[in-house]
Amino acid sequence: MKRIDLTKMKEGERGIVVELSGGCGLLSRLSALGIREGTEIKKVSSQLMRGPVIIQVGNTQIAIGFGMARKIIVEKKKSISRE
Amino acid sequence: MKKILLFGNPNVGKSVIFSRLTGTSVIAANYPGTTVEFTKGYIRLNGEKVEVIDVPGTYTLEPTTTAEEVAVKILDSAIKEKESVALQVIDATNLERNLYLTLQLLTRDIPLLIALNLWDEARHIGITIDYKKLEELLGIPVVPTVAITGEGIRELKERIKSARKGKCKITERWPEIGRIISEVQKVSHRHHTLLEKLGDSTIRPATGLPLALLFLYLTFLFVRLISEGLITYIFDPLFNKFYLPFLIRIFQPLPQFLSEILLGKTAEPLAGFGLFTTGLYIPFVIVLPYLFAFYLILSFWEDIGYLPRLATLLDTFLHRLGVHGYSSIPLILGLGCKVPAVLATRILETKREKIITSALILMSAPCLPQSAMIVSLIAPYGTKFLLLVFGLLFSLSLITSLFLSRLLKGETPELFLEIPPYRRPYLSTLFAKVGLRLSSFIKEAIPLIIAGLFLIGLLELLGVMAFLGEFLGKPVVYLLGLPKNSIGVIMTGFLRKDVSIGLLFPLGLTLKQKIISSIFLTLYLPCLSTLFILTRELTLKEMIKIVAIQFLFGLSIGGLLNLIL
Repeated sequence: MKRIDLTKMKEGERGIVVELSGGCGLLSRLSALGIREGTEIKKVSSQLMRGPVIIQVGNTQIAIGFGMARKIIVEKKKSISRE
Repeated sequence: MKKILLFGNPNVGKSVIFSRLTGTSVIAANYPGTTVEFTKGYIRLNGEKVEVIDVPGTYTLEPTTTAEEVAVKILDSAIKEKESVALQVIDATNLERNLYLTLQLLTRDIPLLIALNLWDEARHIGITIDYKKLEELLGIPVVPTVAITGEGIRELKERIKSARKGKCKITERWPEIGRIISEVQKVSHRHHTLLEKLGDSTIRPATGLPLALLFLYLTFLFVRLISEGLITYIFDPLFNKFYLPFLIRIFQPLPQFLSEILLGKTAEPLAGFGLFTTGLYIPFVIVLPYLFAFYLILSFWEDIGYLPRLATLLDTFLHRLGVHGYSSIPLILGLGCKVPAVLATRILETKREKIITSALILMSAPCLPQSAMIVSLIAPYGTKFLLLVFGLLFSLSLITSLFLSRLLKGETPELFLEIPPYRRPYLSTLFAKVGLRLSSFIKEAIPLIIAGLFLIGLLELLGVMAFLGEFLGKPVVYLLGLPKNSIGVIMTGFLRKDVSIGLLFPLGLTLKQKIISSIFLTLYLPCLSTLFILTRELTLKEMIKIVAIQFLFGLSIGGLLNLIL
């Protein structure tokens, strides 16, 4: 199982959040939107040139700035795409 | 019961529930000391009139943004006053995340009930929630609702009085939420819907950016169609055919001094500077139709959920300029009319972003009517000259914002926002929103514009304007290489910028002079209405700084072009 940050995931890949390496402010903002350790997420897309990353958590899509996205570490799931 | 507070995450249909509960008479208010707006209305419960407050959307009661701080403050003061009830609107398709706020509200000393909104959508995508069980677990009323169709609203109203306080203090929220979810919610497998696929394509850069351009084009097409139609066929004829003759009949007998102040030197509403002529013509006939059209389409994009996508698409680019993806909304409005654009800078969190965004709004491009005039002035000479004018303006604004973002300390916060699924807008909320925005413009901006005109009219009478024209105007037209009779045009431009460009036609300018004057007249000053709105949104000092930068840039680029072209 590879641990990578959000920005390195590919579009459509799924993963489980294993680490949030930011401060308390970041943690509470992420937590309020339902992103915490153990949350399953899917990367929807990313904008060009270190732009925001868009992920799906449950039924919500969230855009996260590049710097913030780098602090979210996920463990990639084997890609069984069920689209 | 004194108050009902409507809580909920953003994008859960809270405003629709609000307008279902309160009906029409809705008031928008700014929370004291902030620019965060919230709306108030009233509901009749058992013959009693109760205030309903639409609290700004919040994900948590541990505030991370100004809007969330305001939400918490409203809650605190309601708890202090006692006899209030909190109603949380929950997005049934996102129960888990929404319960986070519920558990926080349950620990506060206020009775709570829940509207489980978007009930139909949840069912539609395969989520079933045992709301009876949820009610039992939380110990408070839970009512499934579909705000858009009105389903469940009556039951919601009936159960407001049975709202209850939470019993226990929960410290570990997420494990508790996990337990609740596993008991009440079932999710069946589903396929991606076509709408979601379309939704995704508006946020991928490859498809999203061209689509954004298309939407932008359609927006402006719509705005021009609506606003110019309103001006030409309704507002202007009403003003000139009915209002003006009536006014002249009443005020004509007055002494000349008074009638000049009230009606202006001439009856022509754009040249006279009269309080009851120009002072009402500009805000009502010229600005209001544009605002109406803009707010209509802006509220539409807002309500279907497009704006967060646009902010995300443009965030990378805007961050380079020192502002946030959120600034994309005021910036785009600014291509049309600067007044709603400057008003829209309220959504920005920091002063720094507001200043940079305002400068970008004023400088990046002329407003829509002025652009149209410039096009008709320059286009006969070929597209490349048009590109020169607009390209110069745009690059100049980029330089300014880079300059400002170095100058003003502070960091641009990173983008972090929810991208809601596309939703059908609810027309009556949409129109209520447009109405609120327009009425706040009428109440706040129009007195300012009239006061400003009064001042200008007074200066004109005292001969100060002629003095300014002589001593400021002459060096300016000399530097720019323009003929002397363009001084008057420059003075008019302050009132209405597109007309000032139009007044250039009869002056017989060369192409070079046309290019220089187009650029100068775009930059030198914002129009009167914008100037006052800007002063109100920022401070007088900040307004003067921005306008000074604008003027200096306009003058120096104009002078430079005069030398090199």
